[in-house]
Amino acid sequence: MINLKEKVLRFLETDCRFSAKNIADALDVTEQQVADVIASCIDDGTILGYKALINWDKTARDYVSAMIEIKVQPEKGEGFDSVARSICAFDEVVSVFLMSGGFDLAVMIEGKSMREVALFVVEKLAVIDGVTGTATHFVLNKYKDKGVIFDEREKDTRVMTEF
Amino acid sequence: MEYEKLLTDTARNLKPSGIRKFFDVAERIPDVIALGVGEPDFKTPWHIRQAAIDALSKGQTRYTSNAGLMPLREEIAAYMNRRFALDYDPVSEITVTVGGSEAIDNIIRSVVSFGDEVLIPEPSFVCYAPLTELAGGKPVILPTYEKDGFKLMPETVKNAITEKTKLLIMPYPNNPTGALMLKEDCEKIAAVLKGTDVLVLSDEIYIELNYSGSPAFSFAQTEGMKERTVVVNGFSKTYAMTGWRIGFACGPKEIMKAALKIHQYGIMCTPTVSQYAAIEALKNGDDDIEYMRQNYNMRRRFLLDAFQSLSVPCFEPKGAFYVFPNISGFAANSEDFCNDFLEKAHVAVVPGSAFGESGEGFIRISYAYSLDHLKKAVERLEKYLKR
Repeated sequence: MINLKEKVLRFLETDCRFSAKNIADALDVTEQQVADVIASCIDDGTILGYKALINWDKTARDYVSAMIEIKVQPEKGEGFDSVARSICAFDEVVSVFLMSGGFDLAVMIEGKSMREVALFVVEKLAVIDGVTGTATHFVLNKYKDKGVIFDEREKDTRVMTEF
Repeated sequence: MEYEKLLTDTARNLKPSGIRKFFDVAERIPDVIALGVGEPDFKTPWHIRQAAIDALSKGQTRYTSNAGLMPLREEIAAYMNRRFALDYDPVSEITVTVGGSEAIDNIIRSVVSFGDEVLIPEPSFVCYAPLTELAGGKPVILPTYEKDGFKLMPETVKNAITEKTKLLIMPYPNNPTGALMLKEDCEKIAAVLKGTDVLVLSDEIYIELNYSGSPAFSFAQTEGMKERTVVVNGFSKTYAMTGWRIGFACGPKEIMKAALKIHQYGIMCTPTVSQYAAIEALKNGDDDIEYMRQNYNMRRRFLLDAFQSLSVPCFEPKGAFYVFPNISGFAANSEDFCNDFLEKAHVAVVPGSAFGESGEGFIRISYAYSLDHLKKAVERLEKYLKR
């Protein structure tokens, strides 16, 4: 059995605008129960924030993003953590993951232009102590992010065939 | 050619869908909010679509046996056992059909001949009476009422049974009212039927969309009723598979044998690719059903709360994905209400009268729409009522 916490989180992950009442209605529990679950998830850091998922290509904003592969010399006693934390500190960095495989950290970066992103990598990331190499991959098109397919807001094609 | 002369009286006199014109008008209004359709807004879950693609890739594109692929019939038998503790023999008691509609047609044609009477509760889905007429039978309408939660009352059935009665349709969970027949309700109907030769066609296409808190209950589970019940079910509503056109019927082998002959000559077999998709749905689709049901329940309660705050009376439906509010206090009849609501608020809903006379005074609102869509519709309803 999936517990209530996971059920509630699944709804919020689908659409964080669902109210506690909406979710309670779906799951046949009380609004207070859902509110309590959400409150405790915020308290213990299970829920870290609520953000809109934006397709910046639909705006006039100059926007590029890139995935940077970073190779790191791990520090004794610290492993990859201190390098990862240094990288996290930059506003330009959207996400940082420790990876298995041919490189160590995968870092997503946003910027206004390819030049800006490339310079950021060279000037800010490559020079961090412990970073031994970088490879920059620019995102050319976003098809799907956070479970949402971009450019697929289909029209409702259902017809009154039967009722 | 004098085409009119060619047509049979039955075909000529079949009532056309009066609602068609209304929705043609609605579709031309650019900012219209439709609440009309009776099919899920969810897409068929990907793993089910993938199973169909795999079947095509492997070239599984030939006829199947008339009754359907044996592995599918076995999965249907397992499903009926798992969900309803009912046992059907996949060889002789289950047929895979082109949607629930074909199954309904086959069963009616198997047992109804000229002059036979078919008991049809109303308001209900619109196919039962025309299909009865096409078989030469006579539809006998059993009205149901808001005061009874639109349940079929045993005395209504009792008073309608004559020596010509062949078949009782049990359209629950009900389209358009959302009414459910619980175990105890079914038992009361069973008490009336015992000792008669009336067969029951239980149209259970919405049975998985149940918000009553009790497990879904099939009429065939009612004590003593399995032997006289044909259950019709399908994949359209449960798994969001409307366009796949696949359903099934389970019932006594004597009836199923006759219905299979009609299916064999009229249809041959249900599309093979859809059958492979249906196997996947039954094997691995239980979580999908639950997820969609929870979402529908959220929307159902949202609408009921909204009607309450707007003082629009609405009994609480416990099944399907429709609410059936009473608008008799706002307009002379349901068609007037729908026309005016469409014209002034640009919201399209279906008049209750489209589902039979006893639906007059009500409108059907489908909540097979996103919560955002329903919120917009409620905002318009509020403005409309405050005018």
